[in-house]
Amino acid sequence: METPGIPAIEAENVECGYEGRVVLRNISFAVSPGEVFFVIGGSGCGKSTLLRHLIGLNRPTAGAVRFFGQSFVDADLQARRHLLKTFGVLYQSAALWTSLTLRENVALPLTEYTRLTAREIGDLVTLKLAQVGLTGFDHYYPSEISGGMKKRAGLARALALDPSIVFFDEPSAGLDPITSREIDELILQVRDTLGTTCVVVSHELASIFRIGDRLIMLDKTEQGIIARGRPVDLRDSCDDPRVRAFLRQDSHLLHPPLRPIPAKTL
Amino acid sequence: MAEPTQVTNACVQARTTGDCLRIELCGRWKITEPRPSFEELIGAQLPERIELTMDAVESWDAALVLFVVEAMRWARAHGMVAGFSALHVSVRAMAEQLVLAEASRKAPAPAPGLVTQVGLASLDVWRKTREIATFVGECVLAAGRLVRQPHRFRWNDCLSEMQKCGAMALPIVSLISLLVGLIMAYQAAVQLRQFGADIYVADLVGLAVVREMGPMMAAIIMAGRTGAAFAATLGNMKAGEEIDALETLGIAPVDFLVMPRLVALGVMMPLLALYANLLGILGGMFVAKSVLEIPPAAYWVETQSIVDLSDISTGLIKAAVFGVLIGLSGCLRGLQADRSAAGVGQAATSAVVTAILLIIVADALFAVVFNVLGL
Repeated sequence: METPGIPAIEAENVECGYEGRVVLRNISFAVSPGEVFFVIGGSGCGKSTLLRHLIGLNRPTAGAVRFFGQSFVDADLQARRHLLKTFGVLYQSAALWTSLTLRENVALPLTEYTRLTAREIGDLVTLKLAQVGLTGFDHYYPSEISGGMKKRAGLARALALDPSIVFFDEPSAGLDPITSREIDELILQVRDTLGTTCVVVSHELASIFRIGDRLIMLDKTEQGIIARGRPVDLRDSCDDPRVRAFLRQDSHLLHPPLRPIPAKTL
Repeated sequence: MAEPTQVTNACVQARTTGDCLRIELCGRWKITEPRPSFEELIGAQLPERIELTMDAVESWDAALVLFVVEAMRWARAHGMVAGFSALHVSVRAMAEQLVLAEASRKAPAPAPGLVTQVGLASLDVWRKTREIATFVGECVLAAGRLVRQPHRFRWNDCLSEMQKCGAMALPIVSLISLLVGLIMAYQAAVQLRQFGADIYVADLVGLAVVREMGPMMAAIIMAGRTGAAFAATLGNMKAGEEIDALETLGIAPVDFLVMPRLVALGVMMPLLALYANLLGILGGMFVAKSVLEIPPAAYWVETQSIVDLSDISTGLIKAAVFGVLIGLSGCLRGLQADRSAAGVGQAATSAVVTAILLIIVADALFAVVFNVLGL
């Protein structure tokens, strides 16, 4: 599927919206194979909306999304099914199926999309769970494990078919710094072993600087991309104060600090 | 969609040099595509040693790891020396990780024995009984608070629930009551006509509908419609920690969520039952006119002569009690629900089953009590 020179993901003038309300317009970017690409921005700027439109949960109102040069938006049912195999998604809440054990959760994509024997599927699930550090938790139900473990299990499920692209929606939301770091390392490990392209929707600055190759930043008022480039470059030398403020975690670049009101005026 | 033509699928080439079987892996290994199997390749051969190389592999994923693991297992089972050092370091790492994980996998805990299961079930019954008693107690206390401080009651919620469980249920109640009246009249007509007692269809339908079927059918519809909705709503609120948020604010969930629903159902059920009575009688009237050719006026007069106020009021008392029972079981099951999607579904099912059971038991008790009281 991978041909040199063709981006893994290409969005061209994508317009996203729900029921006539446009949230993002003119979104264009390309992600090279093997890149860890971040989509960042403040709360409510449309990061998750963009993700939903990229992975086909919502249809962009305009524009094109291509995976390895193949159009996803207009693909017919069979082509779409083929493209669905090329990417995995780790949802914000991990979205594990609560009625299935972790083993069954990871095995479902394999039984659906491969003709492997039960033994081979068993081996693969064991491998995937071991890769995310969940050996021994095969028979647990999602309700019996912690949030961090759910994220790992969700990652194992997203990786079940060894997809060329993995989308991560806020992978470290609600996790402690150590677990969050472990998830970052898992993302890098996935990229380094199989050359997987990783698209991470996040606003965790630590993760962005630790593992991000490139990023785009979305903004609510602009309804689009306000910056693109390498995280360090943007932090140090972006012209847009909003980008610098975000990446330096310094709101004073945007608003003057609040001064205490002198007591005598009260 | 056509695959790019230059793709060479996963394949292997085996060459024997002396005692050593060299297996060269080549092509693109993809888990979603077919791949060679090691066991088919090796067949009945028993080389001294095997060596795997992957220089001709274009791309790989877990499919290749599976092949390598098969080779490892085969080598171990046959006590062979196997050389994997020519493989990519990540492939070896993943294969070893799988073999290690396999070894440290625990079997699922065995199911508990019969005695343990009976014991656990008994404890569960005891726990549930206590929960029900606590819940009913809390509702009684909340009702006391409602009488003492009516201004603190959530009247708006109650009105909106009344609309949902009362007005919005009218179409389904109409249809089912009309059909029940129709069916009863039809069954009765066939029998009574043999004795020339046609007009008594009105007596039979009138009494049965007003005393029994009206309240009962309305209650069963409400159990399926509103009881399940209460359980699902409260179950979802529990899963979303909304109930916890109420408790940490010091607001009793029973006051805030349960009482408005109980009052709404308790008030609306008698009204729905009254409406169901009317529709049931109309259904009977329709059959009497079309099958037995009894004029509607005669049917109405006959109905009036046999159904008196005590019949109607016993029906309405029952309906109010059924309403409270449906509300109680719906809210109780909702508050008991597990915090998961499956838990909410189970709560809704359990709410309907509990409500119908309670309705039938209560109806049986009413039959005895009203008989004793001569109503």
